[in-house]
Amino acid sequence: MKIDDDDFTLFALPRRFEIDTGALAQRWRDLQAEVHPDRFAAEGAAAQRVAMQWAVRVNEAYRRLKDPLMRATYLCELAGHPLDPHDNHAMPPKFLARQMAWHEALNDAESTDAVHALDVEVAGLLQQLRADVQVDIDQRRDAAAAVPKLRQWMFLARLREEIDRRLEALEN
Amino acid sequence: MALLQLSEPGQSPDPHSRRLAVGIDLGTTHSLVAALRHGHVESLGDDEGRVLLPSIVRYREDGRVDIGPAAQAAQADDPEHTIASVKRLMGRKLADLPDAGKLPYRLVDGAGMVHIETPQGAKSPVEVSAQILATLRQRAEDSFDSDLFGAVITVPAYFDDAQRQATKDAAELAGLKVLRLINEPTAAALAYGLDNGSEGLYLIYDLGGGTFDVSLLRLSRGVFEVVATGGDSALGGDDFDRALSSWALARSGLAAETPRDKQAVLSAARTAKEALTDAGATELRAALSAGALQVSVDRESFDAATRPLVERTIGVMRKVLRDARIDKDDVQGVVLVGGATRMPSVRAAVRAHFGRPPLINLDPDQVVALGAAIQANALAGNSRDGELLLLDVIPLSLGLETMGGLVERIIERNTTIPVAKAQEFTTFKDGQTAMAIHVVQGERELVSDCRSLARFELRGIPPMTAGAARIRVTFQVDADGLLSVAAREVTSGVEAAVVVKPSYGLSDGDVARMLQEGFHTAEDDLRARALREAQVDAERLALATRSALAGDGDLLSPDERAGIEQHLAALDAARQGNDAGAVRNALDALADSTEAFAAARMNRSIRSALTGRRVEEV
Repeated sequence: MKIDDDDFTLFALPRRFEIDTGALAQRWRDLQAEVHPDRFAAEGAAAQRVAMQWAVRVNEAYRRLKDPLMRATYLCELAGHPLDPHDNHAMPPKFLARQMAWHEALNDAESTDAVHALDVEVAGLLQQLRADVQVDIDQRRDAAAAVPKLRQWMFLARLREEIDRRLEALEN
Repeated sequence: MALLQLSEPGQSPDPHSRRLAVGIDLGTTHSLVAALRHGHVESLGDDEGRVLLPSIVRYREDGRVDIGPAAQAAQADDPEHTIASVKRLMGRKLADLPDAGKLPYRLVDGAGMVHIETPQGAKSPVEVSAQILATLRQRAEDSFDSDLFGAVITVPAYFDDAQRQATKDAAELAGLKVLRLINEPTAAALAYGLDNGSEGLYLIYDLGGGTFDVSLLRLSRGVFEVVATGGDSALGGDDFDRALSSWALARSGLAAETPRDKQAVLSAARTAKEALTDAGATELRAALSAGALQVSVDRESFDAATRPLVERTIGVMRKVLRDARIDKDDVQGVVLVGGATRMPSVRAAVRAHFGRPPLINLDPDQVVALGAAIQANALAGNSRDGELLLLDVIPLSLGLETMGGLVERIIERNTTIPVAKAQEFTTFKDGQTAMAIHVVQGERELVSDCRSLARFELRGIPPMTAGAARIRVTFQVDADGLLSVAAREVTSGVEAAVVVKPSYGLSDGDVARMLQEGFHTAEDDLRARALREAQVDAERLALATRSALAGDGDLLSPDERAGIEQHLAALDAARQGNDAGAVRNALDALADSTEAFAAARMNRSIRSALTGRRVEEV
């Protein structure tokens, strides 16, 4: 086990999109129980520094593996297909048109019911994207095919955050 | 065995002995200290057996200072110079305190934060808090007849960096080594978790005098993971007093005209509120300038008058659960902390929301200090392996100012620490050679709504067209919650960094001055203490290094081993002398020489731990 091993190796998990999240969380706690600086409270500054680097690394990997979107993006990167989040050119025109429609719907929504309806629609699309990405990565082993879907996923995830904020504002 | 030669008779203390470490709850209304004794955690009493120390300090004309009960007794006679609830002033400027006019003291803006005028000069909240902490430190040292190694001090989860730094400054001034600041709800969870050996998700509902905190923790095999925190820093038991006093005034038709009247109604409301915890009805009485106020109040009227406040706490709780994407049915238990949770309406509301009674078997006034003592013992290196590990989160988001006064968040709140995160920025003007980095804390979109933590500049960027420079800014928060920020231009390698010490805290110079102004620590005492601490640290590091060599020495080449042995011998020699600086230097040298060894041991321990588990699973 080395500090620069990839996240999956570090967490002793198969390099797949579909993972056992319970095992992931338990492995995280087990790893932290080994490396956290507080475990070396009685030892010197050198041990503390090394422990800190490890604990940061373990937390970074956990954060990435825990989130399905980040995990999928990372898998594509490991497979040689890194994703540039600022590159929106590859977005299909049909999807771009829908983006505009969703934003308008969100801005115009006056009631929580209207926002909820939009949220349900977006949640459904996200679920479908997630299933498609899983097939691309785990079954067809075709990370390149997953990349454009991840771009859409990123957009929808941001839209969902806006929906959450809007819901909160309407509730208050 | 090599280890035995360490303890010469009459030398510094036995390295196997426990370091005395305590937990301190520095509260708005009262404070207390707790420690582990004979394997059990307990609150320490004063010579009359009183555990709670009123957080009140009186500065007298004759130069004496009363702390605790004596100050409380003088509160009515000498309100201007008897300072209560100083916690609300920590790390705050006058502009942060909309209610400053309602306090009986004269407040002025001073170095770093608001100061209070007293017959002994303007006192900062840090100095006032230090008086309370010094009293508790003395209590602990008397109880164990031993020097204190350090303390874990608790703060509200919603304290920002300035308030945390002020708390640390106060501890330093009181001669306390701060092992860690931990959040009050987290401390409460530690106390409950270890007490009950609990597993699962716990929600801590902490309603104090002035703040409301909610924390969600997952307990699993001795690992306490803070999942989320939230709260309202302007909602507390005091608001219930205010609501009840407004209700009583409206009912009687009287008005509270003077500040003294307002104080009198508030005190009467508080007394009535407390009486209603056990009684169904009580009388609220206060002498006002407009006449005598006397109103009967029953629990139903009190509950009706304060219902919006209880509902606000439930709303905050709901939001914390929603942010963490956790269903309330997944919560195993709800822990109530803070004196204000004694109110039956609060207990009923929590019970109604979760469909089960909250946990109240530990004293809500003491539970926070008890939990802090458990963590202090672990951080002092006293607890055995695997006993307890707290994985904490940052309570407020950290970010940078970008164009247009907007905040770009780098580390989101509720992120587990330690953490490091980097993000790339670029220049916006052609030929730009410097970039200002402004570090802020808070959840709002605008810089002006967040708290400023630090500013620094990255200079010497080679002139390029706008947008061509790649400036990588790295935020790192260590296990103590201390933030450091570094900026580096990637193509040229120029860099700049800052360890964030918030601008609201005291500078090191201020602390040194206050220490010098005779905070009952004479210089000789300080020097002797520094030497003793260095010697104890030296002994512990020597012991740890020797046991590491014995266990994992095979990881080293003969040359590497000889180098470490040499530094060990130098440290042994230095700690026989009485030069604290020399001991520290030898300590640092040994620590540096073992860095690579420490890394190798860490790798081995992780590998073996994981391999062990995998075998178990098969």
